[in-house]
Amino acid sequence: MAELTFQGGIHPYDGKDLTKKKKIREIEPGKICVYPLSQHIGAPAKPIVAKGDRVLRGQMIAEAGAFVSAPVHSSVSGTVKAIEPRRVASGDNVMSIVIENDGLNEEVPYERRESWEKLSRDEILAIVRDAGIVGMGGAGFPTHVKLSPKAPEKIEYVIANCAECEPYLTSDYRRMLEEPEKLIGGLKIVLKLFDKAQGIIAVEDNKPDCVKLLRDLTRGETRISVRALKTKYPQGGERTLIYATTGRKINSSMLPADVGCIVNNVDTLTAVFRAVTEGQPLMERIVTVSGDAVRIPCNLKVPTGMSYTEVLEEAGGFSKQPEKIICGGPMMGTAMFGTDVPVTKTSTALLAFSKDIVSAMEPGPCINCGRCLEVCPGRVMPSRLADAAERGDEETFLSYNGMECCECGCCSYVCPAKRPLTQEIKSMRKLQLAKKKK
Amino acid sequence: MSELFQVSSNPHVRSRATTGGIMMLVVIALLPAAGFGIYNFGPRAALVICVTICSTVLTEFLFGLYKKKTTVTDLSAVVTGLLLAMNLPVGIPLWMAALGGVFAILVVKMLFGGLGQNFMNPALAARCFLLISFPSQMTNFTCEGAGALDAYTGATPLALLKAGENVNIMNMITGRIPGTIGETSMIAIVIGACILILAGVIDLRIPGSYIVSFAVFTLLFGGHGLDPAFLSAELAGGGLMLGAFFMATDYVTRPITVKGQYLYGVILGILTGVFRYFGPGAEGVSYAIILGNLLVPPIEKVTRPVAFGKEGRKHAE
Repeated sequence: MAELTFQGGIHPYDGKDLTKKKKIREIEPGKICVYPLSQHIGAPAKPIVAKGDRVLRGQMIAEAGAFVSAPVHSSVSGTVKAIEPRRVASGDNVMSIVIENDGLNEEVPYERRESWEKLSRDEILAIVRDAGIVGMGGAGFPTHVKLSPKAPEKIEYVIANCAECEPYLTSDYRRMLEEPEKLIGGLKIVLKLFDKAQGIIAVEDNKPDCVKLLRDLTRGETRISVRALKTKYPQGGERTLIYATTGRKINSSMLPADVGCIVNNVDTLTAVFRAVTEGQPLMERIVTVSGDAVRIPCNLKVPTGMSYTEVLEEAGGFSKQPEKIICGGPMMGTAMFGTDVPVTKTSTALLAFSKDIVSAMEPGPCINCGRCLEVCPGRVMPSRLADAAERGDEETFLSYNGMECCECGCCSYVCPAKRPLTQEIKSMRKLQLAKKKK
Repeated sequence: MSELFQVSSNPHVRSRATTGGIMMLVVIALLPAAGFGIYNFGPRAALVICVTICSTVLTEFLFGLYKKKTTVTDLSAVVTGLLLAMNLPVGIPLWMAALGGVFAILVVKMLFGGLGQNFMNPALAARCFLLISFPSQMTNFTCEGAGALDAYTGATPLALLKAGENVNIMNMITGRIPGTIGETSMIAIVIGACILILAGVIDLRIPGSYIVSFAVFTLLFGGHGLDPAFLSAELAGGGLMLGAFFMATDYVTRPITVKGQYLYGVILGILTGVFRYFGPGAEGVSYAIILGNLLVPPIEKVTRPVAFGKEGRKHAE
């Protein structure tokens, strides 16, 4: 069988050796936890607690603000100290609920469901929605919306995105090794929503141990298969993943459901499983803390709302003075001014590097080498798009299919002239998307 | 917040490839051909190479002073100078070689906006400029007092072929023939090309389609039918190899699209054939590539890649 992959892509240094052998360690939240009301794509959540209220761990503190939105839950017991704008990883100030942790860890009673097979479609969707589950690979699209396509009977594949193609990240890898039954359970629950669908667990072939383990555990499952994908960034991108596993293509104006696919990340499926069987809302996630400036690189199970500063302390702090701190992977993550921001549902990693190679680079003129075209998984012409974006030439940008860019960063990565191609294209795309909304 | 870390847009990692590194690789890949040129034509070849490189680098440096922007460190001027020398006969007056260097950098490259903005290959444009301005010196492949053997000076093999005489193909492949400094040895050029291909600087799309289409054109219109001796002489001679691997693949002046690169190669092959078999001269590589350079924008226009998934549902407006 031909290797499952896509055209383009890159092979950056993956840095996964730093943390891949490190078992997931649970950590305790600190004194103050901050819960931004926008941890997902869509409308912000609406607070349902007020200053001074006592809340319990697992209690919903903000409800979904619209259909495309997700509620937020407290990961600690304590008192609501404030509802105010707080800085988040992106650098924006977002309205957040601040809770003082009383350290008692008093929890709301969870409704355990031993036999989820009897639940109806609507019941499962309601549980997923009320548990505040969003896409945990980084995008944060509310999962109950993803699981409610217009024509559920047309869904043919439910794909578990276990590619983890971002360098340095090992959170999904550890999750698969340590709690594979939850991942498989989550996939089964989603499969129950779509009668005609086949489940595909898609893992990059740099994790042969996961492939083997998941294959062993799904032996005899007629509706689930495990596929090993060629290791290449951005294999875990939604479009490239769907193409590699099913041969189907979607463009920027389509949803995976348009080609009969639903894609969910490892952590998301695990959260679905926990919500349905244990009744627990989404209050924690696995975060990889890594990079050459971190003393003890590790994988941590972090309660949401906890400050990155405390997460870093759990990893032994800095071993050298870092120049750059990144929330997420080095390809698509966000650089942060400081670590005093909360962990959210979509925080995959915290990386600290002693050298910021990008800021030190002097961009030169394009020499037309064509490397950006070769690596672009969107099959567009990044150098020409960046030229158009630089000139503010919207017409050319659109006619060169600028909106088909998935902002994966491959073009900037390979550019020998060190041009910030992705940045230029991203800015123009943002402008165009904002215009469309008007 | 007590301390602020540096921020920048993603991605936060970059590959090691740099413009200067790529240029350096091209220089290294040209060394076998340059070395053979010096061996074949004597020390004066080394002198010509030095003069053109000094001329191109100095021009770029001085222009940089005038513009208050140093660009000479990207090594592209060295590549242009070396390539120009490869395209000059060993006996060329040194001031002419220097003039060629100034023309290549100043007129063809810097006045159009510098690296990446020129639409013609600077070295080839300079060669054509010299060829038109000083035809006798540029086509005089005899060289007195340069220490070269008589056997390697005189009319080029392609000129002999056109005149209906026989040529020694073995000598054409090793390079023991008259010609410009860097074009004679097919072996040295192919070694350099292998370096570039293995290093990922160029690929076979343009050279392959160029050489294959030229071979087909030769078989059809060369006037010698299926004569393998004639075909191999035409392939080995006249700077075709140098042009196909080092000039036609010049990043700035070739199409950036994959399909466009194949099309460009085919166009070059046909143009070279037309110039060689239907034109008055025996050679045609330089003019074919220069003309091909001018066709790059329309070629790119018709060969734009199809975006991923574009054939799917129409975009909702």
